[in-house]
Amino acid sequence: MFRQATARLLSRSAAARPKARPFSTDLESAPAADQAFVDAWKKVAPNMDPPKTPLSFMKPRPPTPSSIPSKLTVNFSLPYASELSGKEVDMVIVPATTGQMGILPGHVPTIAELKPGLMTVHEGNDVQKYFVSSGFALVHANSYADIIAVEAVPVNRIDPNLVQKGLAEFTQKLNSASTDLEKAEAQIGVDVHSALSSALSG
Amino acid sequence: MSSTAAVPFWRAAGMTYISYSNICANLVRNCLKEPHKSEAISREKVHFSLSKWVDGKPEKPNCHVYKLSCF
Repeated sequence: MFRQATARLLSRSAAARPKARPFSTDLESAPAADQAFVDAWKKVAPNMDPPKTPLSFMKPRPPTPSSIPSKLTVNFSLPYASELSGKEVDMVIVPATTGQMGILPGHVPTIAELKPGLMTVHEGNDVQKYFVSSGFALVHANSYADIIAVEAVPVNRIDPNLVQKGLAEFTQKLNSASTDLEKAEAQIGVDVHSALSSALSG
Repeated sequence: MSSTAAVPFWRAAGMTYISYSNICANLVRNCLKEPHKSEAISREKVHFSLSKWVDGKPEKPNCHVYKLSCF
């Protein structure tokens, strides 16, 4: 019932405003300083610089170029570190829930939820591989890709024995699980460990 | 009318995305090679102390609890 009401509302407002909503990368960036405030400040305290607002510290978003750029800019961040920040690469392959997704410059803007799996960053002939535990990949219209994950490690830091042990333990837990929640946790364990072992071998 | 959108198995079992994501991250951390594993585990430890309040006054707090955020 509510779905029909929202569908009606959306179609009505779409008819009234036929222009599509712009992406955030296409809007002009907000001015860094409010001119009226700066003028009033200068009148009262002409010898002091007006205070800076957070917006003045932020770099404006690069606009969407009219032709497809040659490189993709990747920002790969974790809660405790920024693995790649503004790195220009040729291609990134991320493990989306719908399968391995390749992101090239000029990719359509996308928000993809990631599943535990292998992420590869291709720059010329270099390939860097990371195992991502889960997260999101946001691709913007200006060929910037933001990949955020809770935990991501280069594959050479994964211990294969622990992976095998974990896989066996969770397969066994899956068989003996009783409640829905236990089954879900065991299934998550099996998924993560099988993704780890295929990342090590693949 | 109930929505028939396909939900992931963990949401059908009552788990939220954030618990799912934290569980995955913990499983990955437990499979790391040695110096990285102990660094990762110590980085994610949460230190907190808990005290129950009775009659408007706190009782003696539980000895400081160091917990691995795994839920």
